[in-house]
Amino acid sequence: MTEFLHMGGYAAFVWPAYGLTVLVIAGLVWQSIADYRAQTALARKLEELSGGRVRRAASSERDGEAQ
Amino acid sequence: MAGMSSLSAAQRFHAYANPARFMALSARLVAPLGVLTALLIAAGLWFALVASPPDYQQGETVRIMYVHVPSAWLALFGYSVMAVASAVALIFRHPLADVAAKSAAPIGAAFTFLALVTGSLWGRPMWGTWWEWGDARLVSMLILLFLYLGYMALWATIEEPVRAARAAAVLALVGSVNLPIIRYSVDWWNTLHQPASVFRMDGPTIASSMLLPLGLMALGFTVLFVTLLLVRMRAEIMRRRVRKLRLARAASGAEA
Repeated sequence: MTEFLHMGGYAAFVWPAYGLTVLVIAGLVWQSIADYRAQTALARKLEELSGGRVRRAASSERDGEAQ
Repeated sequence: MAGMSSLSAAQRFHAYANPARFMALSARLVAPLGVLTALLIAAGLWFALVASPPDYQQGETVRIMYVHVPSAWLALFGYSVMAVASAVALIFRHPLADVAAKSAAPIGAAFTFLALVTGSLWGRPMWGTWWEWGDARLVSMLILLFLYLGYMALWATIEEPVRAARAAAVLALVGSVNLPIIRYSVDWWNTLHQPASVFRMDGPTIASSMLLPLGLMALGFTVLFVTLLLVRMRAEIMRRRVRKLRLARAASGAEA
């Protein structure tokens, strides 16, 4: 295990490369999901506030989906 | 929204049917693609870090290749997606094309950043330097990062989506001249960065024990790109719906 972590003396280069890759990708995944959830929640709230008229538009949109 | 019923069927198809169908299809795709991404990257990491040999010249630093090279490929792939989608948006006015282009940019920028930093971490022990301004591959990749950032900045500064889409698409297309420069930089200017060893006319020149982790990581990163692109496109479509709803409410006099 120690040998594995040692990376033949190159631990200071190999591990930061992997660590940073994991960090950047995890951040991107988290931000993408959070943004989708936030926008969806906002759209729902606005659709509810707008009442029937918009809901009709939203349902005609769903009709398009079925085609 | 009030004008909805006065739209012809064809107009409504153009404005809504494609995004609606995309939302239905992508909703079913995201979860399985996410699972596939996790499996591919988990297997890739196992072979990259444990079940592959050190290089006879580079020792253990060769393991940086398994994150560096797929990141660089995805950096270029992301820009290609962005450029093609931008062209489709400009020429055919397809309602999803500029959504796709806009959504690809941050993913491509992240991979470009990773390619640059992991390359730097590999270059220090192997070349003796973190960075070399004289190397065309390094500099053209840095330009790619700036193109991505400029593209994103353009979207962020122009408020109205249709105008923002057009300006950003033009920038993406102009910037695509950088793609062949990156690809062939290692052949045209022979400097520090090594030439291609996988996608060559005469076949790959690297050992199959290293090709396996590289292939798994590249495939994992590619499926990750597609998954993230779908999620970001869904978010962007919802953002535009929010914008439309807000405009409709403002027009009807309700306080937002």
